[in-house]
Amino acid sequence: MSPLEISGLVKRFGEGPDAREVVRGLDLQLIPGECFALLGPNGAGKTTTLRCALGLTAASAGSIRLCGLPVPERARDARARVGVVPQLDSLDPDFTCAENLLVFAGYFGLPEREVRPRIPELLAFAGLEGKENARIQSLSGGMKRRLTLARALVNRPELLILDEPTTGLDPQARHLIWERLRRLTAEGTTILLTTHFMDEAERLANRLAIMDAGRILAQGSPREVIAAHIEPQVVEIFGEWQGEGAAAWAAAHAHALCQRCEVSGETAFCYTTDAAPLLAHLAQRPGLRSLHRPANLEDVFLKLTGRDLRD
Amino acid sequence: MTSVTSHFAPPRLSLRLLAVWRRNFLVWRKLALPSIVGNLADPVIYMLGLGYGLGMLVPEVEGVSYIAFLAGGTLAYSTMNAATFEALYSGFSRMHTQKTWEAIMNAPVSLDDIVVAELLWAASKACLAGIAILAVIAAFGFAASPLALAAIPVIFLTGLCFAALGLIMTALAPSYDFFMYYFTLVITPMTLLSGVFFPQGQLPDAVRAVAEWLPLSHAVALVRPLLLGELPTQAGLHLAVLAGIAIAAFWLALGLTRKRLLK
Ligand SMILES: Nc1ncnc2c1ncn2[C@@H]1O[C@H](COP(=O)(O)OP(=O)(O)OP(=O)(O)O)[C@@H](O)[C@H]1O
Ligand SMILES: [Mg+2]
Repeated sequence: MSPLEISGLVKRFGEGPDAREVVRGLDLQLIPGECFALLGPNGAGKTTTLRCALGLTAASAGSIRLCGLPVPERARDARARVGVVPQLDSLDPDFTCAENLLVFAGYFGLPEREVRPRIPELLAFAGLEGKENARIQSLSGGMKRRLTLARALVNRPELLILDEPTTGLDPQARHLIWERLRRLTAEGTTILLTTHFMDEAERLANRLAIMDAGRILAQGSPREVIAAHIEPQVVEIFGEWQGEGAAAWAAAHAHALCQRCEVSGETAFCYTTDAAPLLAHLAQRPGLRSLHRPANLEDVFLKLTGRDLRD
Repeated sequence: MTSVTSHFAPPRLSLRLLAVWRRNFLVWRKLALPSIVGNLADPVIYMLGLGYGLGMLVPEVEGVSYIAFLAGGTLAYSTMNAATFEALYSGFSRMHTQKTWEAIMNAPVSLDDIVVAELLWAASKACLAGIAILAVIAAFGFAASPLALAAIPVIFLTGLCFAALGLIMTALAPSYDFFMYYFTLVITPMTLLSGVFFPQGQLPDAVRAVAEWLPLSHAVALVRPLLLGELPTQAGLHLAVLAGIAIAAFWLALGLTRKRLLK
């Protein structure tokens, strides 16, 4: 059974002429035990897709099964088997760390005597050993995020959904969360996460989907997506040679030396299967500096979703 | 699927709503004493100040001392205030500022459960505050009859009624500032017109005809005689009006909250 199956999902906000279609025919099928990353720029519809999947808002069209149960009809039963780390922290500021876990477990109908013995273990998992009685206000942003992760595990979920779990965290906190998520997948928990960070997706995800404007533009393993959507090598070119910047250089020469070239400000990104002729050409123009590297997920992301700012 | 009719469909509830009620209770328990004193101090000071001060000028109202007259009104309006404050400010902070409701909805709890739990909690808290005020009133000797205990279910119902009305405001509020209008335009005039501080007989006929239908008037009409050791007249009517307003207001509040949060 797929932990989450979405087909033909459409979500519109508003009615009549003001209606905005935010999710436009999205299909997604999670494989049990995998870590799946949903990548997309701001406003792509990631959070909206998750809210639909959890039955927190009604889909305008399409069908959803969460843990094998139809949503929204049986969303409540399905959510009993899912853990959620929402995009915005929603810990209870009136409670300590331990109380946050106990009270949240209460919403799943789990009795205190069952949950209390597990609290040290849950806090340790989140790197919050001994913080039972700490107040939420005294926690750093990273600690809050980790406590939210612990909270999402109180019901021992089959599927863990994380909406931008590491946005705003320092590298230490990000690495700890990644390590814990790997441990969870190793134990058989399926993970669905959204992120803006390509490295996060590349490291964690068995499969990923890049979405923009409510549609999935590419889907597969990180390697597959890179192979299918972009030339394998990139040369980034910047600087100036004989009064000519990278943009002017690209306009004159790029088409002859690489398959595809994108100019962003005063940097040219040349995509190619064979960088040798291009590098030889650049060697003649020492003022133009360059960086030669393999193409990565970020290149695919920018190719598919464009380089313009979203908001 | 997101039509107006579905927003105003009857609630679908589960016992999980008790966990939500309990969450609010546990927070309250941490600060129970200051909370009760806070709910208690203002009305008791007014009651004693006005009761003994004005009481010197107004020897008797409807056959009892002014302060004995004031006691029932005080209990009723302070219950209204406690329920209203909880549904407005605390409710809004849980719904909007702290995102507590959003967190809860990720568990197997529905928004319907949450809104009913908030209703019951605001009424419970108002009732707890009311019991404390009743104890003070009794200590001063203005609730001598055992009939005064019958005021407790009445204040719970009063709490439900005003919590439900308050939740409508919470569902509509863009920010905390919005609640000032509700207090200035609804709650304060209602307090003055519902026979809390003076008998409604003093009002001009036209005003009185309207004022008698205000929910607080019905609460006062029930609570005051009970504290004076008498059975209220037309008790069934007053109870029915309070219950009717509570149900209608809750239905509207739930629909508006669903519209706000589930879109
Ligand atoms: N309740 C709502 N009412 C109206 N529009 C909404 C609502 N929720 C989201 N939107 C709009 O839908 C679009 C997608 O939003 P969504 O939050 O799903 O994006 P996202 O991919 O999660 O973005 P981010 O990376 O910024 O979190 C945005 O343009 C947003 O303004
Ligand atoms: Mg989002």
